[in-house]
Amino acid sequence: MNLRKIFKYFFSDIVRSKWIPVYAVLLFALTSGIIYFSRDGQKAFISLLNIALYLIPLLCLIFGSVYNYNSREFVEMLLTQPVTRKSVFMGQYLSLGLSQTAGFVLGMILPLFIYDFSINAALLLAAGVFLIFIFNGFALLVSNMVNDKVKGVGILIAVWLFFAVFYDGLMLFMFYYFADYPLEKATIIASSLNPVDVARTFIMLRLDMSALFGYTGAVFKKYFGSGAGIYVSLLILHLWMIVPSLFARRKFRKKDF
Amino acid sequence: MKKGLVVTLMGPNGSGKTTLLKSILGLVIPEKGGITVEGKNISGESDYRNKICYMPQSSPFPPNLKVREIISITKDIRKKQDNYDYELYEKFGIGSILGKKAGALSQGTRQRLSAALAFMFDSEIVVLDEPTAGLDPYSSEILKARIIKLKKAGKLVLLTTHIVNEVSELSDRLVFMLDGKIKVDRESFRTPGGNGKEFREMVSKLFMENEPAKNI
Repeated sequence: MNLRKIFKYFFSDIVRSKWIPVYAVLLFALTSGIIYFSRDGQKAFISLLNIALYLIPLLCLIFGSVYNYNSREFVEMLLTQPVTRKSVFMGQYLSLGLSQTAGFVLGMILPLFIYDFSINAALLLAAGVFLIFIFNGFALLVSNMVNDKVKGVGILIAVWLFFAVFYDGLMLFMFYYFADYPLEKATIIASSLNPVDVARTFIMLRLDMSALFGYTGAVFKKYFGSGAGIYVSLLILHLWMIVPSLFARRKFRKKDF
Repeated sequence: MKKGLVVTLMGPNGSGKTTLLKSILGLVIPEKGGITVEGKNISGESDYRNKICYMPQSSPFPPNLKVREIISITKDIRKKQDNYDYELYEKFGIGSILGKKAGALSQGTRQRLSAALAFMFDSEIVVLDEPTAGLDPYSSEILKARIIKLKKAGKLVLLTTHIVNEVSELSDRLVFMLDGKIKVDRESFRTPGGNGKEFREMVSKLFMENEPAKNI
């Protein structure tokens, strides 16, 4: 009962902060521009996919953490009332995730539907929602662990750089350095450890775009096949969604205000 | 702590007064020991907070919420009541600032809003952390009169203050804290018919003896 009320307060507070409407409008303009000016629909979708895979995690990490730091007073006010910490955490986590999902749907998914990319749009929506909740979990985890806002946001930017940029470099280094060894299983495990990679693989497997798999995606497909690969990637994405948010909730339960 | 009393926590800065209050409210998780309210351990519980109202030292209202919303959220979350106590709400003129955002209020006005909220609900325990700090003398007098009225109604008032006169005016029990521990706990510390001089001297002595600089 209280969770619904708390969700409502947080959600209206987030929407009122104007971040989400601005995010949706900018994303809508960008998506429409790419689709409109691109002559090849598939290429336009790949461009949008890359934007979504890199941009969504960064925005979730920054927005989620800054919002958590700025709403300390609100959280403290709520916690002096007869509500459980679990309700407050879940209310905040769900309202962050769902408000950003709304911005993402209006900004990127809606234009894809308008320009008749329905299947692609549905896939991107699924991957996007996973990424939104996964990286909001990280944002709440770090911002509940580190009290200094600047330090917390800095750590989260490093998290984003790691998953979006350095991880691929590390993988390349690993493949190059251990080229003489069988790396199939290690590759699958390694690619599962990066949610951005898993989200990309999930979409690529469904669209069967072999040329765009990259090494890890190709190994994933070879090992599981397209059908099972999709379910495995979905399972991994679910795990990624649960684990950081569980740690964040645990930290919040023990936090002193 | 018994109901129908005003219990005052005193002590130097950093002695643990606010931490104790926050522990009672569940904002701080105690490292050891436990707290019971009406015989029930409050660890991990939240319902007991229907019986407690809190006025913090610096009122942590979300700056972008309007006063009207803060009041309605608080009412919405707490157990429904047939009647709310609007005495402080009216005396502090909260009705005239309902449309203002909390971030636009002065510290004193925020404190008045906080006090009005703390006394609006029919709670058994009222926790006040330096309630008169930041309030003008007129508002302080109104608040003190309200505290005495609440005590007479059989409620427990737990407050912290640094103002010695306030203790002698309001308190039935004085708890002096130092380094998170109770140094002095006295229920009858006022001389009947006295002018409070002895009490002020006693408190001054406690502060002098436990001055932080002496402990370094």
